[in-house]
Amino acid sequence: MTLNGALKTTLSVLALSAVGVAAQAQTPLSLWYHGAGNPVERDVLIGLIEDFNTSQSDWVIELAEFPQASYNESVVAAGLAGNLPDIVDVDGPIMPNWAWAGYLQPLDLPDGTTDGFLPGTLGYWNGELYTVGLWDAAVAVLARRSVLDEHGIRIPTLDEPWDLEEFDAALTTLQASGDFDYPFDVGMAWTGEWYPYAFGPFLQSFGGDILDASVPTAEGVLNGDAGLDFGDWWQSLFDRDMVPGVSQDAADRETGFVDGNYAMQWNGNWAVLSALETFGDDLLILPAPDFGNGPTIGAASWQFGVSSTTEHADGANQFIEFMLQDEYLAAFSDALGLIPATASAAAISEYYSEGGPLEVFYGLSEAQARLRAVTPGYLVAALEFEKAMSDIASGADVADTLDAATDAINDDLERNNGYQ
Amino acid sequence: MTDRHSIASLILRYLLLVWIALIFLFPLVFMVVSSLKPDLQLLRDSASVRAFLPVGDISIDNYGLAAERAPIARFVFNSLFVTATTVVLSLILCSMAAFSFVFLQWRGRGVVLAIILATFIVPFETIAIPLLLVVNNLPWIGIDGFRIGWINSYQVQIIPWIADALTIFLFVQFFKDLPKDLIEAARVDGASWFQIYRRVVMPLCGPVLATAAILKFLVMYNQYIWPLMVTQSEDYRPVMVGLQYFFQLNTAWGEVMAYLSLITVPVLAFYLVLQRAFISSIASTGIKG
Amino acid sequence: MAAGPRGKQTLTGWAMASPAFLLMLLFLITPFFLAFGLSLTNQRLISPNPAEYVGARNFENLLGLSFFVLEPERDEAGEVIRDDDGAPEYPRLRTFTRNNPDYPHLDGMREWMSIGWTDDSRLVLLASDVVFMKALTNTILFVIVVAPMQAGIALLLALLINQKLRGITVFRVIYFMPVVVSIVVVAFLWRFIYDGQNGLLNSMLGFLSFGVFQPVDWLGNPNTALASIMAMSIWQGVGFHMIIWLAGLQTIPVSLYEAADIEGANRWQKFRYITWPGLRNTAVLVLVIITMQCFALFPQVDVMTRGGPLDSTQTMVFQAVQRGYERQDIAGGSAISVLLFVFVLAISLTQRWLTRDKD
Repeated sequence: MTLNGALKTTLSVLALSAVGVAAQAQTPLSLWYHGAGNPVERDVLIGLIEDFNTSQSDWVIELAEFPQASYNESVVAAGLAGNLPDIVDVDGPIMPNWAWAGYLQPLDLPDGTTDGFLPGTLGYWNGELYTVGLWDAAVAVLARRSVLDEHGIRIPTLDEPWDLEEFDAALTTLQASGDFDYPFDVGMAWTGEWYPYAFGPFLQSFGGDILDASVPTAEGVLNGDAGLDFGDWWQSLFDRDMVPGVSQDAADRETGFVDGNYAMQWNGNWAVLSALETFGDDLLILPAPDFGNGPTIGAASWQFGVSSTTEHADGANQFIEFMLQDEYLAAFSDALGLIPATASAAAISEYYSEGGPLEVFYGLSEAQARLRAVTPGYLVAALEFEKAMSDIASGADVADTLDAATDAINDDLERNNGYQ
Repeated sequence: MTDRHSIASLILRYLLLVWIALIFLFPLVFMVVSSLKPDLQLLRDSASVRAFLPVGDISIDNYGLAAERAPIARFVFNSLFVTATTVVLSLILCSMAAFSFVFLQWRGRGVVLAIILATFIVPFETIAIPLLLVVNNLPWIGIDGFRIGWINSYQVQIIPWIADALTIFLFVQFFKDLPKDLIEAARVDGASWFQIYRRVVMPLCGPVLATAAILKFLVMYNQYIWPLMVTQSEDYRPVMVGLQYFFQLNTAWGEVMAYLSLITVPVLAFYLVLQRAFISSIASTGIKG
Repeated sequence: MAAGPRGKQTLTGWAMASPAFLLMLLFLITPFFLAFGLSLTNQRLISPNPAEYVGARNFENLLGLSFFVLEPERDEAGEVIRDDDGAPEYPRLRTFTRNNPDYPHLDGMREWMSIGWTDDSRLVLLASDVVFMKALTNTILFVIVVAPMQAGIALLLALLINQKLRGITVFRVIYFMPVVVSIVVVAFLWRFIYDGQNGLLNSMLGFLSFGVFQPVDWLGNPNTALASIMAMSIWQGVGFHMIIWLAGLQTIPVSLYEAADIEGANRWQKFRYITWPGLRNTAVLVLVIITMQCFALFPQVDVMTRGGPLDSTQTMVFQAVQRGYERQDIAGGSAISVLLFVFVLAISLTQRWLTRDKD
């Protein structure tokens, strides 16, 4: 303790004397970020921070990185301890929960700053903009042209996606070929937010949803007729061995498609680069099937906001505004394969510019992306949905399981006065 | 008993020992061997006996990459510092308390011991949040002055963990077996209770000290949930939180294995050292012998 | 015992015990009572709404049970409707437990288990929190299976490595190695081993049985998931208890065995009359530790199955953590902690009473 204290004092003295008098005038702003352990991401972010620090003389950003897997827990604990930073990054669907709990304050950006941003990158709650993201993510069906051609399967387009029947027929054909362990992989290994993010849109496309945030209630939405149809279809995927089940390990998830064990895979844009390396031009990035109510994928990724406890909201807003320049949107995209939030940034990015290998995702995101239920209750609802998806996949009764999830979600809404 | 018989029995004994050893070793061999392989090969090998063999494209690249991804040395230092401090303080305070419970007659000791042992029932996970509220309201005077709240520090990882029921219980059980006349004799010689504790009892405590130290070391070194809640800067983060640095959207399995292999070394070394001390202390004191 | 004035001993006694006791008071007992207090409220982990006192409602929600006799469907003639196999058909339970004004006491309850009753009717046991009930029974099952097996195997191993053989230290280290590696890490390695598609365990069993063995999805099958976690837990923890047994064995004087050798005692007699009585205190210690560790079952589940499939690996601590942190229902999570405490306390008091010194 004392050792560290001494070390810290020495270091800060050294730092101060090195930077000189000018730096002392800068007020420190703390920024928490979820990307610990990703050197590429850190380099981009640190470059951005250095640009900001030297671009003006009022503020100096101090970065603290956390591992993503436990980022939310870390922030919630810090909030409990009254120890929030000035600027936080937040996973899109969680934002309303933190805003409601009083962790965040609305952004105060000059008018027009976020014009032209993909809708999934703007975190609105109760009519106010709380967070904004530099990128969005998108999910697509990965497949191989040669495989689909060989089995006479039509290649779907954004205008004419597969419908339920055609999609199911494709799975059956691929399964019957005997060339694959599974015709499709939805990624059951990725427990957690992946489930509502990746599978919730299926339910939406069937006509249901996890909950109706406008009432709010899950009754008749999650366990209504559309929900039951979706649940039956979902279970049949596993009953018929169309997709790997809940015990799939993360390694199979990563290598299954690339190794040719899975004919197709439901996967995010961040994971496409390795498949692109393996298959090159043969790789297809296909839009989500339309299960009756329009093809849908999830929107909203990590975004930045200002904490409610900061004494320097002006500086925090200034920094966020600074981040939103196309240059940085493109830099994050180039480093991580993420979808830039604006068309102009996409145009100067490596992957999403015209003719770029991932350009198609920008179109998917624009055309199909739909926000997850925007309510503080999403947090519990997402966990209940995850459990229901896993239970149904393991053979639980569909109606009972969806009822149980509905009750749990509504209980939570009730206990929190509907999160009003 | 013929020589041949005893040789056969010796071979059998070793075979049994080796066979059991294999059962205990295989996941760890898998871990170390995998740390030498590139990701794809590692995953493909994991289904066959190749998982245990350093074959194919072998290198120590993963170690270098892992070191780039996370400040491993800093994490290991933090863990060792927190662990060592806690273990030492724990051994002293808990053995002293146990001594008092076993050898001293005082009012309330039955109740206090019962309360202490009852806390054994409370799994840490279930009180983590209330504990966070407690430490957040405690004062601390450090080199940078007075402040309220222990969040983001070493002491918040150390002090709450010093005293625990298991360590006290270990010492209590051990002290109960010590010959009472030793204490009696020392009392007759006019030694104070504290002198008896230091000069008579503690020197006999080799085995239980080693056991308690190892157990406490393991608990502390593997701390995970608590540091996750209370450390916000890398300066204080321990190894198990560091493990999370490696689980990205596309996990680098080879690096994970390399990191796991690296952070396992200090624990293994600690056990090796202590288990020697543990054996020799028994040989020299010859307790109750 | 020769002693000074009683008052002096009391002072010294308190002085020596209090540093440890005060630390525990502050960092264990206070948080526990805070948790107890929370369990009587509707406190959320984070929320702008103030907490309210709700009495025992959290506990009622966890423990609520009810019976219901489910009559088969009958046609207009009053005959039981049967499916093709002749089994009677029943109305869906959800028609009674969901928004049915005739059965307000069943609202929101779910089937936990059911048995055949009279005349084709079924007796259904309903619980207001089926997941918690499964967590409770799984936890008990885990304790009943793992505690004795782990203690027994650990003792055998301790006896094995307590031999005087050249190189025995190597084995002492190896047997202990799984303990050294964090349970989180171990659980994570075993996910590879248990993999249903191409896991090591399936490959090995297939190889040993010349291909007769059909691969099992160890963690994905509700029938094998808990057993798989049990086996791994025993494997991981057995070295821990082995060294406690070993410490106990080492305190038994060698002279006793030498005397027994002179008397011509065989190995079993030596174990029965020297080793086992000498291990009495150790045995209590090992059993207490194992029981507590089993009740605290959490990281394995968190890493390997997260309670699934179909709640077959739910445990009490996992549920307490899930609710308290992930679902931000700190009151509900605390209520589980309190129940766990009460429950284990009852068991250990019974255990103590059963193993009390008869003299």
